[in-house]
Amino acid sequence: MTSLLAHREPGPSTAELSRSLRKSSPRWGERAVESLLFLAAVLSVLTTIGIVLSLLDGTLAFFREIGVGEFLLGTVWTPLFADGSFGVLPIMSATLLITAIAMVVAAPLGLGAALYLSEYAGTRSRKILKPVLEVLAGIPTVVYGFFAISFVTPSVLRPLLGEGSVGIFNALSAGLVIGVLIIPIIASLSEDALSAVPQAMRDGALALGATRTKVARKVVLPAALSGVIASFVLALSRGIGETMVAVIAAGSIAQLTLDPREPMQTMTAFIAQAASGDQPTGSLGYNTLFAVGALLFLLTLLVNVVSIRLVRRFREVYE
Amino acid sequence: MTAQTGLQPDLRGADRGLGRARGSERAAGRLFQGLLMGCLAFGVLVLVVLLTDVIRDGLPRFNLDLVRNMPSGRPARAGIQSAMMGTIWVIVTVAVITLPLGVAAAVYLEEYADKTRWYNRAIELNIQNLAAVPSVVYGILGLAFFNRAAGFGGSVLTIALTLSLLVLPIVIISCREAIRAIPTSIRDGSLALGATRLQTVRRQILPNAIPGTATGSILALSRAIGEAAPILIAASGIIFLTRNPTDLLSQATVLPIQIFNYVSRPQEEFRVVAAAGIMVLLLILLLMNATAILIRNKYQRKW
Repeated sequence: MTSLLAHREPGPSTAELSRSLRKSSPRWGERAVESLLFLAAVLSVLTTIGIVLSLLDGTLAFFREIGVGEFLLGTVWTPLFADGSFGVLPIMSATLLITAIAMVVAAPLGLGAALYLSEYAGTRSRKILKPVLEVLAGIPTVVYGFFAISFVTPSVLRPLLGEGSVGIFNALSAGLVIGVLIIPIIASLSEDALSAVPQAMRDGALALGATRTKVARKVVLPAALSGVIASFVLALSRGIGETMVAVIAAGSIAQLTLDPREPMQTMTAFIAQAASGDQPTGSLGYNTLFAVGALLFLLTLLVNVVSIRLVRRFREVYE
Repeated sequence: MTAQTGLQPDLRGADRGLGRARGSERAAGRLFQGLLMGCLAFGVLVLVVLLTDVIRDGLPRFNLDLVRNMPSGRPARAGIQSAMMGTIWVIVTVAVITLPLGVAAAVYLEEYADKTRWYNRAIELNIQNLAAVPSVVYGILGLAFFNRAAGFGGSVLTIALTLSLLVLPIVIISCREAIRAIPTSIRDGSLALGATRLQTVRRQILPNAIPGTATGSILALSRAIGEAAPILIAASGIIFLTRNPTDLLSQATVLPIQIFNYVSRPQEEFRVVAAAGIMVLLLILLLMNATAILIRNKYQRKW
């Protein structure tokens, strides 16, 4: 095919060409199909508008009854009780604490795995190891929740911290397991960034007498920093949005504490709990779900915006 | 370590290099490499421990009775039949919704869209952003629009529509990649022979994009099978059913929801049923992933 095109005769002049390519008649069928395809693509925009509208509607109704200050600064969260209070800080701090624990686990392990894959592993071992990470990423979150409550708490945390130290539900097991869950995100995205660093940079450093460790730490890692940060941020927003592990392993008691051995309820866990309670449409309990959902949406949006800025700031462009 | 191949230089001797690296430096280098390897090994270890834990817990109940029995409050008779049927109903519906829409959107973006137009760039940006929205937020959307406003309740349709919106960006992205892999010369050739754009899409682009799209779609569907959180919210509490769905508007539960239901019960016996249910879920996912890999290896063309 290509060779045929390459050896063709010198073509007609541009003027002739544009005349011959002029449409003979409008092809209505073609146009109709194009519009249909366009509509399919526009559907994704409608989804976003739908998300914003659904969140906005319930949230506005919520703030007609509850003050913004009471919501954002209150320290007691009992919205589903009769005469409850609506301070979001307990569930927000739980979300942040559990995500922080997850990042402490996932950031070094994910980055370490990425560095090994890109700088040390041979082609063959990479072919075996990368699918393992993909399998880890493909396991449903409800399974990770089961793992947290049936293995991590009884067989890891209790022997390590003492038998009576942690209850069945605790933030630590949820944080650790969410950490495992986001390792593949950091590992695979960071590995892409590290592998994209030109080989010449490694060769140059090695030629100047640097050891492989130095090349990995002082040359490759700084050069790929923007991609590595982006992977961290994506993992962070995934951790904030993670629901099932938090529901199953951290429990449903909303309390304002920083002790990870305590049970606590995250924002996502509250949304799940409030939704399964079958609240009547338009009730305050129903609207609370949307207010928390909007806050969660804004939080992940903020994280993503910050990441785009960070990436721009640290980006180094080669060739 | 395995042998280096291709153009990568052999670095095994590099640390000794020109004799510059001292012994302590070499030891530190080995320690560093070992540490990184440990990071990766940790992931593998967790996977092994997780699977062992699930199989050890679930094996006593991993039998035909599990899929024959309906969910029950009595652990000895508790099964997952309605959840299995629900999952099948939901996934088939999701496939019917997302495949045509996803392929259509991908064909538009790759073959028709003028990238200099603002609305086309907005669509692209939007699809990327949608892929990063937490899945619970899709659940809220499903609850507000499909469950309540449209009045579908906690039905197959509500669950399927919610999951469809969730996986549509994934289907679009994988189909676009499949289309992008087709060389421009194929399009040029077809157009030069007098085919219209639509004929080119139908006879050249789509047939050649099938393997890539199939692989990506199966992976997207397996993501949908494993999701629990958005369904929990969109279906709003319908998590215990002893009837199989009979049409799109009948109430439904799915495997991950039923597993969640069993996990969250305090009795130890239910944990066994949950683990057995997880084994079934993982087996389905394994089958789907294996199919995807098979299709990729068998039909993918290298240009």
